[in-house]
Amino acid sequence: MPQSASDLLTLTREGLYCPLGRFHVDPVRPVERALITHGHADHARAGHGRVLATGQTLRIMATRYGEDFCRTREEARLGARMPIGDVTVFFAPAGHVLGSAQIAIERGGQRIVVSGDYKRAPDPTCLPFEVVPCDVFITEATFGLPVFRHPDTRGEVRKLLESVALFPERAHIVGAYALGKAQRVMALLREEGWDRPIHLHGAMERLTELYKQEGVPLGETPKVVAADRKTLHGAIVLCPPSSIQDVWSRKFPDPVTAFASGWMRVRARARQKGVELPLVISDHSDWPDLCRTILETGAEEVWVTHGQEDALVHWCGSRGIRAKPLHLLGYGDDGEAEPDPDASPASEEASS
Amino acid sequence: MNDFAALLDRLAYEPRRNAKLRLLQDFFASTPDPERGWALAAMTGGLTFREAKPALIRGLVEERVDPVLFSLSHNYVGDLAETTALIWPGPNEGAASLGPREEDRDALGSTRMGGDAPGLGHNRPPLSVPTLAEVVETLATTPKRELPRHLAGWLDALDETGRWALLKLVTGNLRVGVSARLAKTAIGALGGHEADAVEEVWHGLKPPYPALFAWVEGRGERPESRNPAPFRPPMLSHPIEEEADLDALDPEAFSAEWKWDGIRVQLAGGRDGEGRQVGKIYSRTGEDITDAFPDLAEAITFDGALDGELLILREGRVQSFNVLQQRLNRKAVTGKLLEAFPAHVRAYDVLAAEGTDLRPRPFAERRPLLEALVRGLDHARIDLSPLVPFSTWAEVAAARADPASVGAGADADAIEGVMLKRRTSAYLPGRPKGPWWKWKRAPHVVDAVMMYAQRGHGKRSSFYSDYTFGCWREGEAGDELVPVGKAYHGFTDAELSRLDRFVRNNTVKRFGPVREVTHGHAAGLVLEIAFEGVQRSTRHKSGVAMRFPRVSRIRWDKPPAEADRVEVLERILARGEREIAPGADREATE
Repeated sequence: MPQSASDLLTLTREGLYCPLGRFHVDPVRPVERALITHGHADHARAGHGRVLATGQTLRIMATRYGEDFCRTREEARLGARMPIGDVTVFFAPAGHVLGSAQIAIERGGQRIVVSGDYKRAPDPTCLPFEVVPCDVFITEATFGLPVFRHPDTRGEVRKLLESVALFPERAHIVGAYALGKAQRVMALLREEGWDRPIHLHGAMERLTELYKQEGVPLGETPKVVAADRKTLHGAIVLCPPSSIQDVWSRKFPDPVTAFASGWMRVRARARQKGVELPLVISDHSDWPDLCRTILETGAEEVWVTHGQEDALVHWCGSRGIRAKPLHLLGYGDDGEAEPDPDASPASEEASS
Repeated sequence: MNDFAALLDRLAYEPRRNAKLRLLQDFFASTPDPERGWALAAMTGGLTFREAKPALIRGLVEERVDPVLFSLSHNYVGDLAETTALIWPGPNEGAASLGPREEDRDALGSTRMGGDAPGLGHNRPPLSVPTLAEVVETLATTPKRELPRHLAGWLDALDETGRWALLKLVTGNLRVGVSARLAKTAIGALGGHEADAVEEVWHGLKPPYPALFAWVEGRGERPESRNPAPFRPPMLSHPIEEEADLDALDPEAFSAEWKWDGIRVQLAGGRDGEGRQVGKIYSRTGEDITDAFPDLAEAITFDGALDGELLILREGRVQSFNVLQQRLNRKAVTGKLLEAFPAHVRAYDVLAAEGTDLRPRPFAERRPLLEALVRGLDHARIDLSPLVPFSTWAEVAAARADPASVGAGADADAIEGVMLKRRTSAYLPGRPKGPWWKWKRAPHVVDAVMMYAQRGHGKRSSFYSDYTFGCWREGEAGDELVPVGKAYHGFTDAELSRLDRFVRNNTVKRFGPVREVTHGHAAGLVLEIAFEGVQRSTRHKSGVAMRFPRVSRIRWDKPPAEADRVEVLERILARGEREIAPGADREATE
């Protein structure tokens, strides 16, 4: 008798759990065995017993939390099938950030894919998303409304460069999440021909160094020295989103405040953050890509983890695809994985 | 249209005046005619066409997008034009992700051109992006029933920013934080002219202003203003901060008059080509406000221009600014409004008369000409602002402190200080330093308690610099603080940094960008607030609001329990309103 999908994967207090393999996926609390999709702090937490993830994700976790972030590290090679308990598991690239992967779980001819966070747009800093055909597809919905259609990143980066050309005496302070977004913006700037140094806030240094070690060329990226801030006319400076409104950023010469995020597509969001130059650059799928991906996986059933679930569930229904929201708690709230800026001003500020 | 849209987009996010100016200059210098001229018209309110209704736009979207998805999106974004701009299917986007499904869409009889989205390699010619000129001209000439078709075609051809700008334009909601004055400043700068020079020729020009651009770029003659009643940029004054400032000035060289608490206007009159009398009323920024004051416009029977203060007079007595505000706040100019709030002008200068520009003449020569002109008009709606006689600064100080004692009589409450004008000075547009001084009456002050703080903008965006403060009032559970106003200046950078620290260390709750700070009898911060007056408010729980409130002192020493009570403000309000008669009128206007 074919088992139902919920035999393969259920929801517990810690997050998604596979009882037949006795492991969690991206648990929000410490567990005995965790499979991790990617290194963002809301998905990859410290303190688990055993952690199975791609080598890059493991190294990101070690960089952020220290070498002892778990008891035992297990490296997953992309595409390699691994038996765990009564199920078989394999990882496939998700295109979200360096090392990010989807996790496929199989048993008896049935396959569930936990996509984690993913995007389809090209990104010079990580492997592209691979469609994995499946019966049940578990998707995020961070930008799960049809108003979210991310533009070509080249145009957004040009907007920044045009502003630097128009205001050559002003420093351009670009808020970007420290893992993934920041390095993608750097790589995009290099693609558009910006060969001057890209200055970094101290909080971005270690992860940027790790990207370089992993073979992503980012050029010269000096750390901002506090005393030099007032001399950085016409410079491009990257910092965590919480710092663009900080006293730290005010010491630069007449700063232009930019922010690279999918949320910048909505004017009110940009204005609430005091952003003067919104750059719509997202590491999540926009609405058309969420829809396209669901269709391409051929899934008969879709579970929606976090974000704007209602619209995506409604859309699946109109296409004859069974869909349900999981109402997972704990994702998208650490100031890194593009939380809704309205949702948690307190936690966003906590990191500043 | 896309270039104009990109400009609007950038302006909408830019808080700094000088940066806005740079963006505008860059746009005007790099955009050809007539596109830039139409853009200038759009920003200075110079376009007239039938506006599209929200229902029309909603209808167009719902033919293309599943109404449930549209409604969820609209709830999220909050703005119809923006939601539509964001959700409108692009030329290469299929119905796949937007629904409604194929069969539903056919049933709806889509107005969409071309049908399904082509994939790569289609042979359809690209949609042509409309120019702003094309949009403006089509809107002005197209019959109403054809509007949806044009609009849909443009929306198909434009990018997201272009769609947003177009929808804001066609719905008459183009607000981008650029004043007409700033746009004119940018135009003037193209040819090294001041904004006032543009102002001088402005009222004779029509969009898309080819002659204006030719002139500022040195390709053509200065346009002649054919407006028989043109606007002339006003002369502004500098403040006297303290009495000691006067020691540097010679009292014999100055003339004094009251500073009236109304709005500055210019009355301009003349005859057009056919010999008909034209009368215009301009605000101090050159905005034509004639239509709002038909009762006053009929009094402009002269050829020339008067500078003065618009006031409400009842039975010969000037009413307080509160009363004037009640007329200014009304959109529809009804007979009842004209009767209840009769507009007058108290004239204090003459800029031109009978075809002669009087601005180069000294004040001492203009004043008798003004007196003669006003006397000759003999119109109940236009009178003369009297001179205040004095020989020493001490006498001026006494008049400022108590206008009633120097003949202001019943009008004393509508006086906000004295003006000092150098007798030998010409009428110079702008704010030249030296010839005109304003010496305002001492402001009211109250001690209030800081209740909420919000981050500022621009250079202050990292600081909590906007403060909502409250006064005590008897509540259900004893005395409570209720907000009475908001202030964001009056302190130095060093004080701001200390205030900011106080806010961060005393936050009790956060609401997005706003923090609630400790405020009680024992704990909290008292701010001494200076303000010019009090008016009724439906926005504040206290029912009163201050005019021009600012922080005059920070009372780190004072316990909040000793701050003032709302009743103090109510008494000031009552004094300002006692001229209103009959009382029933006021109720009807609120």
